[in-house]
Amino acid sequence: MASIEMRNIVKQYGDGFPAVNDVSLDIADGEFMILVGPSGCGKSTLLRMIVGLEDITSGDMMIGGKRVNDLAPRERNLSMVFQNYALYPHMTVFENIAFPLRLAKTPDDEVRRRVTEASDVLELGEHLERKPANLSGGQRQRVAMGRAIVRQAEAFLFDEPLSNLDAKLRGQMRTEISRLQRRLGITTVYVTHDQTEAMTLGDRVCVLRKGKIQQVASPRELYEQPVNLFVAGFIGSPPMNFLPATLEGGNRLSTPFGPIELEEKRAAALQGKGDVLLVGIRPEYFEDASLVDEAKRPKGSVFTARVDVTEWLGDSQFAYIPYEAPDAIRDQLRDLSRELDSEELRTQAIVSIDATSRIREGREAEFWLDSRKVHVFDPQTGENLTRDAEAGARLTEMANEDRLEQVEHAQTTGQTVGGGGGGFGDTGGGGGGGATRAGAA
Amino acid sequence: MSRKEKTWWWVAGIAILVYCLFPIAWIVSVSFKPPADLNSGGFLPDNATFDNYRTILTGNAKDLFRPALRNSFGICLIATAISCLLSMFAAYAIARLDFPGKKLILSTALVVAIFPVISIVTPLFNVWRQIGLYDTWLGLIIPYLSLTLPISIWTMSAFFREIPWEMEQAAQVDGATTWQAFRKVIVPLAAPGVFTTAIIAFFIAWNDFVYGISLTSTDAARPVPAALGLFSGASQFEDPTGAIAAAAVIVTIPVVVLVLLFQRRIVAGLTNGAVKG
Repeated sequence: MASIEMRNIVKQYGDGFPAVNDVSLDIADGEFMILVGPSGCGKSTLLRMIVGLEDITSGDMMIGGKRVNDLAPRERNLSMVFQNYALYPHMTVFENIAFPLRLAKTPDDEVRRRVTEASDVLELGEHLERKPANLSGGQRQRVAMGRAIVRQAEAFLFDEPLSNLDAKLRGQMRTEISRLQRRLGITTVYVTHDQTEAMTLGDRVCVLRKGKIQQVASPRELYEQPVNLFVAGFIGSPPMNFLPATLEGGNRLSTPFGPIELEEKRAAALQGKGDVLLVGIRPEYFEDASLVDEAKRPKGSVFTARVDVTEWLGDSQFAYIPYEAPDAIRDQLRDLSRELDSEELRTQAIVSIDATSRIREGREAEFWLDSRKVHVFDPQTGENLTRDAEAGARLTEMANEDRLEQVEHAQTTGQTVGGGGGGFGDTGGGGGGGATRAGAA
Repeated sequence: MSRKEKTWWWVAGIAILVYCLFPIAWIVSVSFKPPADLNSGGFLPDNATFDNYRTILTGNAKDLFRPALRNSFGICLIATAISCLLSMFAAYAIARLDFPGKKLILSTALVVAIFPVISIVTPLFNVWRQIGLYDTWLGLIIPYLSLTLPISIWTMSAFFREIPWEMEQAAQVDGATTWQAFRKVIVPLAAPGVFTTAIIAFFIAWNDFVYGISLTSTDAARPVPAALGLFSGASQFEDPTGAIAAAAVIVTIPVVVLVLLFQRRIVAGLTNGAVKG
């Protein structure tokens, strides 16, 4: 177990294209760090630089306080789960999991003991003699994880490990990975383009764009206090709505959905930032006006709009409201959505309303919008003008406290249930690996 | 598939099968005919006999055929083994590493492969006589390598390209050196490719006639195809056709056995299951 520090890491390819550009990131010992971003943002490259499969053009990569830039992958003692699992098809599941131990010339009986432990944790016991070709996707995924946890690695690295699974299995494996990480308490770096995985798994999430770090924060901070337009648009599903707005008379923003009043403090940051601004509103900041509490009502603004389409999902309901935007803004929003790997064809707001709402398609309806939570962005730089850095830092601090508590809990319960049965805990505090699903308790 | 379509597939399949296998059936039949029967015109021999086989294996042609068979086996197996080993490394480098001149190697290999054998056999004959390789095993193994290596490199690199890069990277992360990753992961995965290549290389060497007849003069190194050309009848009025047919059947057997033996290995997509699937 070790911390991972990156200092000004740059990866430049032969043609001079910087896939990773000046990334500095500290990952604490035992922390679950997510690298997330749209395709081509350099997240996989960064991960491969940590493990040593890509050369580092410049900068320092420190693992456990030691500079590892020039070490071969096998000398870094990290374990990695590949996107396509990379199982060895000519070996049985047992030999696949045992492979790192065999290479380390571990004695036979210890190999057997450790593989059995790992396969117990992952419930692979009955498949040990089978070949990977005869396993289902989820089982293969678990074998790949078994190979990773079977030895005392400094850190786990995951490269989009769930992207080949179907949606249901993905959810199960997600919780499984989270549980395993807490139990083993090992530093983990996890690459994904799926923001659900990023939000649910990560202690902290690092959002990358074109090789540059945009923001490193807890999922909550990313969601509530995004640093710029890119992070705001990337995190959240359905995505944040961006409306063109002009500042009128101090603290009043005029938008296609009527005027929005901002608090003095937030409005002050907007002065002199140009004529057109972008207001970012998450779908759930809207509500069907007829269903809003009288007490809450004055905290936001009410507007009328024509609903294009509604989607009723049982527990929630979304309404799509088209709006007009100046050409420049529309082009910019289109570029942004393309960069986020989506294709937004028209300028429309996605609004979350109560599932019981009677708002119907093709009619005018009255909506309420919570103006306390909106963010205002500078369309030129993308910067979030209303970000409250202190509140954000508080959220991340809270997440860190939660993490320490969870790790402690997972490991103590793991050890009691496992009877402290010398699991992966050779390096101390690793948790009782012998306990099947102990962390689930 | 409809019933009619199915029938046509069967008809076409049988037609192709007959077209391909008829010459083989013919030569098998000829090999059992006594000399007097050769021109009878019937497909099946009137009085089937093993005389032809006896002639080449124990009779008066045995001194020509048996050493030739030994030479052919020895030379072809050695040439195949060397060619497989060399092409394995070459193909790995071509599939995996980025180095200047990669394209050049591949295109040179192709050029060598299409170069007519007949145009280099005369200079080779002279050179071999000068340096003492004429009529030796090595004197044939070297030209056979020039025949088999290009095609081996091409087929093998195609196989290596199919093996996901991740397999090797995973091995390296698991603690393997480059050599260990190659030996423990890549080679077993490439096994079907190696077998296929080996069989192709063996056939090419086995079938060669021009080098065999030009670069040998005695039993010391003469391979079967060359020896077949030197068969003669019992008298000058008798055709050696029966003996040649018998020898042809015998040299076909190893090829058939080889294919039957390894066809499952060749066909089995061993990489299946390595990746998501």
